[in-house]
Amino acid sequence: MSEPLRFRGGGFVIGPKPISSCLGGLAVIAIWQAVSSAGWVSPIFLPSPAGIARALGEMALSGQLWRHLGASLQRILLGFALGSAAGLALGLALGLLSHARAAGLPIVSALFPIPKIALLPLFILWFGIGEPSKVATIALGVFFPMAIATYSGVDQVPRTLIRMAQSFDVPTHAIVAKVILPGALPGILAGVRISASIALILVVAAEMIGAEFGIGAFILTAGNLMRTEDLLAGVCLLSILGLAVGFLVSLAERRLLSWR
Amino acid sequence: MRLIVEHVSHGYGSLEVLDDISLTVEEGEILAVIGPSGCGKSTLLGILGGLLEASRGRILTDGAVPSGSLNPITYIFQDFALLPWHSVAANVGFALEHHRLDAYERKGRVDEVLAMTGLLDFATALPKQLSGGMRQRVGIARALAVKPAILLLDEPLSALDAQTRELLIEEFLALWLAHRTTAVYVTHNLDEALRLADRICVLSRRPGRIREIVAVDAARSERGMAALAPLRERLWRLIQEEARAADREHV
Ligand SMILES: Nc1ncnc2c1ncn2[C@@H]1O[C@H](COP(=O)(O)OP(=O)(O)O)[C@@H](O)[C@H]1O
Ligand SMILES: [Mg+2]
Repeated sequence: MSEPLRFRGGGFVIGPKPISSCLGGLAVIAIWQAVSSAGWVSPIFLPSPAGIARALGEMALSGQLWRHLGASLQRILLGFALGSAAGLALGLALGLLSHARAAGLPIVSALFPIPKIALLPLFILWFGIGEPSKVATIALGVFFPMAIATYSGVDQVPRTLIRMAQSFDVPTHAIVAKVILPGALPGILAGVRISASIALILVVAAEMIGAEFGIGAFILTAGNLMRTEDLLAGVCLLSILGLAVGFLVSLAERRLLSWR
Repeated sequence: MRLIVEHVSHGYGSLEVLDDISLTVEEGEILAVIGPSGCGKSTLLGILGGLLEASRGRILTDGAVPSGSLNPITYIFQDFALLPWHSVAANVGFALEHHRLDAYERKGRVDEVLAMTGLLDFATALPKQLSGGMRQRVGIARALAVKPAILLLDEPLSALDAQTRELLIEEFLALWLAHRTTAVYVTHNLDEALRLADRICVLSRRPGRIREIVAVDAARSERGMAALAPLRERLWRLIQEEARAADREHV
């Protein structure tokens, strides 16, 4: 007696579902808007999506948006550039030099977990309440994850590639530039992704102390004045900023790491 | 060029890996080195090429470096050691980058070895787009580009499937016959050794000692299975003991 074989291999395969991925977001916004329009919750406690969009539009028209965004971006870029350059240098040293690793790794491991915002008061004492203390907080916050990502990126470069280069008498500096740095790039870009989101957190926190402009300052003021539509418009900006950074890093990964 | 190994021993910390190795690799021969896994073959090859410093003993080279040789002692690696972000041509060119060659001459050498290894059509491909066999052809091309006087091959075909291995043995042999570069060919595959080598150096299990150096007298064109059967039998008995004992040791 013959029987068809029972199929038992289904499931456990995740495929792309573009319609669901659009619907998910739209559904949340639609329910939110419906709840607000029905008047079940006071707009002070939960502004409607339409209200937030209006607030964003007004910000853009009045020029406020660009002023706050510009101030935040400037701090992020400067802090990120300083912190990541220094972190890259330290990470290379930790990855390449035995003495640097032996001496530096315990220190880095001890300092890495400190939430850097805790040091802002100290930086204000050192650098004053203006830009330098904010930039320094961001730079320090970016510095450690970049150092650790670079260090582990360097560590992950296959030893055999280094031995290959040595076997062709490639000079040390060229091995660093042409084998180790490109080989560590996946790790370094992973570090950039993490540090960029840390920079975003730190800029908002730092701007809540003694800043006139900046998304953090804007959100704080809106909160103090109970203007929750403005407050959430600022939060939306942060979300967009975060998405934009993620997109840029993914773009860099696609272009620079296409060999993987 | 000849390579003379005098009383070389090596240990990693307290782990003795090589014990008093002395041998001479003669000009123009392929010396196969065979022995159980972990007996120190790669270590020996590292020492021969100056990538590792022996704990004791010394290595001498004898004879003039042929003109045009940019890197007299050159490796071919088991895992190919290709830079994954470079194209085939750039991987071959990498070996030439740090030598005094003008761009024209460099390109000439790259094209020449790509042609020799059948890679011209793959010059712009990335390693990830190639099969294992093609990747090792790139490794071979890169080694030939520097016109080596001594080739050091560390299980160059171990990462390949049996059929590809067969193809590459033939191609390697054809290339080698055209140049007759002195070579040390490390393998754990007895048949590879029998096909290629002038002499086969059998190492004991770790710490690797020379059990015996056996000459393969038959010409390479007359190395059918039948002709080599008695020699193969004898070598296998030598290796078998060591491999069995090594297999039963704790790592
Ligand atoms: N860098 C190293 N540090 C410590 N032990 C090593 C190192 N390289 C190899 N060994 C050990 O030395 C022994 C010989 O290694 P290797 O020369 O690679 O053997 P083979 O190539 O014959 O398999 C092995 O037991 C291996 O674990
Ligand atoms: Mg080995």
